[in-house]
Amino acid sequence: MAKDEFKEFKLVGTRPDRPDGLDKVTGRARYGADISAPGMLWAAVLRSPHAHARIVRIDTSKAEALTGVKAVITRADFPTGLTGEDWNLQENTMAGERALYDGHAVAAVAATSKLRAEEAVRLIEVEYEVLPHVIDVDDAIKPDAPVIREGAADATVPEGMPPNVVRYMEFGRGDVEAGFAEADLVMEKTYKTEATHQGYIEPHACMGQLGADGKGEMWVCTQGQWFIRKMCTAVLGLETSQLRVTPSEIGGGFGGKTTIFMEPLSLALSKKAGGKPVKLVMSRSDVLRATGPTASASMDVKIGMKKDGTITGARAEFRMQGGAFPGSPVDMALYCCFAPYKLKNVEHVGYDVLANRPKCAAYRAPGSPMGAFAVESLLDEMCRELGVDPLDMRLKNAVREGDTASYGPKYGSIGLVETLEATKAHPNLSIPLGPNQGRGIAAGYWFNHNGETSVSLAISEDGTAQVSVGTPDIGGSRASIALMTAETLGIPYEDVRVNVVETGALGVNEPTHGSRATFASGKAAVVAAGHAITEMCRRAANEWGIDPEAVEWVDGAAQPAGDNAGKFPPMTIAEIAGKMGSTGGPISGHHESVPDGVGASFGCHVVDVEVDPETGRTTILRYLVVQDAGRAIHPAYVEGQYQGGAAQGIGWALNEAYIYGEDGRLQNSVFLDYRVPVASDLPMIDTVIVEVPNPGHPYGVRGVGETGITPPLPAIANAIQEATGARLCELPMSPPKVLAAIKAKGG
Amino acid sequence: MSKVHVTTSVNGDEVEFLADPRETLLDCLRDHIGLTGSKEGCGTGDCGACSVTLDGTLVCSCLVLGVEADGKRVETIEGMADGAELHPLQRKFIEHAALQCGFCTPGILVAAKKLLETNPNPTEEEIRYWLAGNLCRCTGYDKIIRAVMDAAAELRQEAA
Repeated sequence: MAKDEFKEFKLVGTRPDRPDGLDKVTGRARYGADISAPGMLWAAVLRSPHAHARIVRIDTSKAEALTGVKAVITRADFPTGLTGEDWNLQENTMAGERALYDGHAVAAVAATSKLRAEEAVRLIEVEYEVLPHVIDVDDAIKPDAPVIREGAADATVPEGMPPNVVRYMEFGRGDVEAGFAEADLVMEKTYKTEATHQGYIEPHACMGQLGADGKGEMWVCTQGQWFIRKMCTAVLGLETSQLRVTPSEIGGGFGGKTTIFMEPLSLALSKKAGGKPVKLVMSRSDVLRATGPTASASMDVKIGMKKDGTITGARAEFRMQGGAFPGSPVDMALYCCFAPYKLKNVEHVGYDVLANRPKCAAYRAPGSPMGAFAVESLLDEMCRELGVDPLDMRLKNAVREGDTASYGPKYGSIGLVETLEATKAHPNLSIPLGPNQGRGIAAGYWFNHNGETSVSLAISEDGTAQVSVGTPDIGGSRASIALMTAETLGIPYEDVRVNVVETGALGVNEPTHGSRATFASGKAAVVAAGHAITEMCRRAANEWGIDPEAVEWVDGAAQPAGDNAGKFPPMTIAEIAGKMGSTGGPISGHHESVPDGVGASFGCHVVDVEVDPETGRTTILRYLVVQDAGRAIHPAYVEGQYQGGAAQGIGWALNEAYIYGEDGRLQNSVFLDYRVPVASDLPMIDTVIVEVPNPGHPYGVRGVGETGITPPLPAIANAIQEATGARLCELPMSPPKVLAAIKAKGG
Repeated sequence: MSKVHVTTSVNGDEVEFLADPRETLLDCLRDHIGLTGSKEGCGTGDCGACSVTLDGTLVCSCLVLGVEADGKRVETIEGMADGAELHPLQRKFIEHAALQCGFCTPGILVAAKKLLETNPNPTEEEIRYWLAGNLCRCTGYDKIIRAVMDAAAELRQEAA
C-alpha cells in the first residue's frame, strides 16, 4: 500500500475500478463459449484412449449417416507437406499415423446439436495397434525407450544420444571444478517435478467459420489472436490475412492459451459443412488430457559454497519432457535457475526429451519454477549446513546492475537487493513459530518480454480517447493501459476506453504473455498518445498563428509557451477535438515496434507452514510475496498477480500433478482429482510491491505476471524441512510423501 | 430423444423451453434461454462457476437436469443486480479488485450472496469454507474474501 503514494503522477499508482468490471460482475462479459450464430453447428472430438498407438483404420461411415451430422473430419482432411513447428501443430491438432498420447484427437464431427455431435463421435470406429509407451522423463531418456518420433532431434543433439532427446544445450563460464575446489562445502542433489496444468477455469472454446473461398472468421478465447490466426492458417494451408480472429473475454490462460489445440478443427469442419459456423468447446477432461500442461523435470544440481555463504561454483543438468513434441522449457529453466546470483563459475546442461504426453505449452514463467525448486532447495540446505542465514546468503551473492547474468547478458537496472532488503524488514519474519512449524525462504526470477506490438489511439469528437490494443486483458491490463494513456494525455481515467481488438484492426501483436501487456502495449499506447499530443499542439498553433514548437501540452490542454506564454488561453483537448473536422481531420496516434527496454523481475517469498506429523499434511499458515514491479500502475492488480502466482505455486508444491496409470492414461482428468487450491486451503497472501523503476519504460513498468509462481515450490520445501527435519526433493509434497520422508529420517 | 416442455421462473420471469432430458440446467440456461452468465468450468460439480439457486438452494447447475427446473424458481447472476443498482457484493468485487479474468466471478457472487443470506456475519474461515466449492485460479482468493467481508459489513449496516 505504501507504494501508492507517487506524487509525480496524478493517475499512475491509483486504484480505480477496472473498465470491464461491470460486465464481469453481472455475467454480461462474453467468453469463448458465450457466443452463438445463426445456422451454427456444434462440434465434438474423438480422442485416443491410448498413450501410443498406430491408427490402422478409421471408419466414419456410421457417424456420417446419422441425421443432423454435417461434417466429419480426420487427418486426411488436412493439407500435407508441412514441416517444423507447423507440422508439430498440425500433428497435435489431429493425429496422423499414430496417436501419441492419451487424449490425442483422432476425428471430429459437426452436427446440429451438441448432443448429436457427441452421439456421432461414438459411432466412429477406430482400429488401433497399441504400441509401447513412455511417460516419465528419466525413462524416456533411456537408450532403449520406445521411440516417439524418428528424426525429431535437431542439430544441437550430438551423435549417439538416446533417441528421444530432441534438443541439447550446454553453456556457462569460468571453471566450475575450480569453483568447487575453492568451496568449504559442495553439495549435489537430484530433484524431480511432475507436470502441472495452468488450470484456467474457462475451457478452450471457439466458433470458427470458413468458406470454400478460403476466407474465414473465428471467435476464440485466447491470449493472442494473431498467434491463433498464424497457427490455424499454417495448419490448414490458408493465407494468413484471410482469417479474421476476434478474441473473446478470456477466462484465464497463464500461458496455456498462447497456442492452438482444437481451433483449426472448427474451421476444417465449417469448410466441409459448407461454411456454416461451428462451435467447439472443450470439456475439462479434454483440457487436462489434450491441451498443454507444463513439462515434468528431473534435475541434478551441484553447488559449492564458502563458510561465509559465497557461492564459488554452480552446475545444473536438467532433463525435461514436454510431451510428444519438442519444446519443453528446459532452456528457460536453465537461464533462470541461477539468475539471482553473481557467479564466476557456472555450467548448464539441458536435454529436451519426448514422451507420450500432451504437447506442453507455456505456464507462467515457463521452466523457472522447476529450476528454482532445485537450486533454491539446495542453497537452503547448504545454508543450514553452514549455519548461514538464507536471506544474508542471497544478499551476499545477489546480482546488481551491471553484473553479468548466469546465462550471459548484462543486467540493466534491477531490484533484487531492494527486494531482499524489503523481505528482511517485513514483520512476518519476526513472528515466532510453534512446534511442527517452519519458515521457508526462496528467490525467483523472470526475464519479462517485449514482443511484436501494435497499438492505435484515436481522439474522439468530445475529447475522450480510445485505445485499440492487441493484447487480451486477463488480469486488468485495460485498467493499467487506460491509466497510463490518461496520465499522458492529461485527461480523466474514465475518458479513456481501451478496446482489445480483432486481427483486422491492427498490425501483428504477440499474445498477452511474458508479462508484457502492461509493459509493451502500455509503452506503445504512451508513444501513440504522444503523437496525438504533437498533432493537437500543431492544431492549436495553427489557430493561434504561432510556431507549433512554441506550444506545450499541460493537463489535457495546449497552451502557448516560451515567448508566447499567456498570450492565448489554453485550448483543451475537447475544444481541439470538437473542431478536428475543419482543422485537418481525425486526430490519432499509433505505434508499432518490438519495444526495447525490458526490465527483468526478481521476487522473494517467505512461507510459514505447519506439518501434521501424523498425516504429513502441510498447512500454509502465512505467506509473503515481495517482488520488484518497476512501478505498479494499478497496485491492486499487481498485488493480484503476486497473490495468484503464489497460489498456483502453492498448488504445484503441495498437491497438483499429472498422474498416469501403467497404461499411460491420465488418471486425474477432472478437478476433483486434479485438485487446485481452494479458498479454505490458503491464508491471506501478504504482498510488498518493491518499486525500482525500469528506465526502459515511460512509467517504469517491468511486468509482474510471472515471477510470482517461481519461489513457492522451493520456499515450501525449505519450510517443510525446518518444520520436520525432512527434505523433500520431489513434487508434489503431498501428505503421503511428506509422511514417508518424516518416517525415513526416523521422525 | 424427444424434448420435454419445461416451465420455470428465472430471475422472477416466467420462462418456457424445450429440454432434451439429457441436458443440464446449465445447458438450458446458456443455450436455450441465452443466459450465458453462468459458466461451465468442469461439468462435474467441482468448480462452482455454474452456481445458481434452485428454489433458494445453492446448486451447481451442471449437476441439475434442465427438466428438474420445471415448476421451480431459478436465480442466476443475471438477476443479482436490481436493475442498474448493483448488489453490494458486485460493487465490492469491483472495488477490491476481487476478479482478474472474471470467469469464476458469477458463480462466486451467487454462492457468496447465498452465504450472506444464511449467515450475515461470517468469519474469514466460514467464508473460505463456504466458497471452497468455487475455484478461482487467478486471485489466490485473498481479495475475494476481503470483498465478501466488506459486503457483509455493508449489508449488516443497512439492516441495522
